[in-house]
Amino acid sequence: MTGQTGDAGPRLTILYFAWLRERVGMSEESLLLPPDVNTVGTLVDWLVTRGPGHAAAFQNRRAIRCAVNQEFAEPSQILAAGDEVAFFPPVTGG
Amino acid sequence: MVRIKVQSEDFDTGAEIATLTAGRTDIGGIGCFIGTVRDHPGPVSDGSKPPVSAMTLEHYPGMTERAIGKITAEAEARWALLGCTVIHRVGRLCAGDNIVLVLAAAAHRQAALDATAFLIDWLKTKAPFWKREEFEDGTGTWVDARDDDDAAAARWG
Repeated sequence: MTGQTGDAGPRLTILYFAWLRERVGMSEESLLLPPDVNTVGTLVDWLVTRGPGHAAAFQNRRAIRCAVNQEFAEPSQILAAGDEVAFFPPVTGG
Repeated sequence: MVRIKVQSEDFDTGAEIATLTAGRTDIGGIGCFIGTVRDHPGPVSDGSKPPVSAMTLEHYPGMTERAIGKITAEAEARWALLGCTVIHRVGRLCAGDNIVLVLAAAAHRQAALDATAFLIDWLKTKAPFWKREEFEDGTGTWVDARDDDDAAAARWG
């Protein structure tokens, strides 16, 4: 695994879309994960502690979908350095 | 031939059918679905909210094309398609504007029609697009996903 520094976990790119982007207040951030954050589910547990915007965005987790490296992902999915993790509402195109 | 485009500009349905069928004599039928922006009263029907005047379509560049590619590959695995086209618009669209074009060509009508229905049903539930409706008073709201869209996608297994 690349991108690790000392005791810190991997660095990831996090993307937000639609109302999640509005509530978090940004469309993208690059974060160095704590060592105990290694899945989509534990990432969300940690993100909600980062501020009121994040907490508001993830308030109803059942209303949120996730993709890792542009493929739909479940909370149990393991994360690795360099992953692109996106959070968004259920899709409404077509 | 699979043709996938995500674009802000409008599409020309006749030109897209001509591209799909150019130089081919084996196609016996082409299914076509065009989705358009519909003027409707908005989420509150008692008149307390003004009508929808426009919408903005957001998407996830990269994943969008990848997701549509997986959906068209699934259609090709299920039906003997001789070509298909998916064009989805993004950005701000007004009532009456085109949103999406789905074309599916096959030797016979049933495969063409079924594949067209499959493609739009899966597009609505598996491709990362989000609609934000604008009301005439300048306010707006993100469109909620619909249970009946999930049911329509699920009927294909």
